Amino acid sequence: MDIMETIKNQIEGNAVILYMKGSPNQPQCGFSARAAEALMQCGKRFAYVDVLANPDVRSNLPKYGDWPTFPQLWVGGELIGGSDIILEMHESGELRDLIEESVQE
Amino acid sequence: MSIEASIRDKLQAALSPVHLEVVNESHMHNVPADSETHFKLVVASDAFDGLRAVKRHQRIYSLLSEELEKGVHALAMHTYTPDEWSGKAPDSPRCLGGNKAS
Repeated sequence: MDIMETIKNQIEGNAVILYMKGSPNQPQCGFSARAAEALMQCGKRFAYVDVLANPDVRSNLPKYGDWPTFPQLWVGGELIGGSDIILEMHESGELRDLIEESVQE
Repeated sequence: MSIEASIRDKLQAALSPVHLEVVNESHMHNVPADSETHFKLVVASDAFDGLRAVKRHQRIYSLLSEELEKGVHALAMHTYTPDEWSGKAPDSPRCLGGNKAS
């Protein structure tokens, strides 16, 4: 499958998906670590892709979302932002609201 | 011109910020001394009025696309309208190894 199509399927097929360096339990970057930690505190399941282990995704996702760096959080098919935005939304409580709205148990 | 200076010039010219900080945080990461790879930007500007955070950051990324191509690897961004700006932006995280650990 074409890489852009793979990315589209990942983003549209997961209510909440985090593209990060490393995994939530073993993040390889301070920005990714903060993003994953904030998301875990929302208490809902989320998908993630380790872009270090998926170089095709790493090189093509920036074009897909017009966003050149990682982590990237996508909710309901829409780019929410990177680690600074995730952290701001976490501190204001917006992140939890957004995730709870988006994830149907 | 250093990358830091060109970042500063471009943001100043495009956004006319009321507050602008460009901090080279490369020393906090797994890169050689004197690198210009990781920056923290604190920008307060009228240009962000009515824009969600994701749009504000995308605006900065597009203004700095040349710098990103030339080796800038991470931009920590804290963007405010003049009304939102409180005088203090959050700290950036410690590096955890990144590319070298993979």
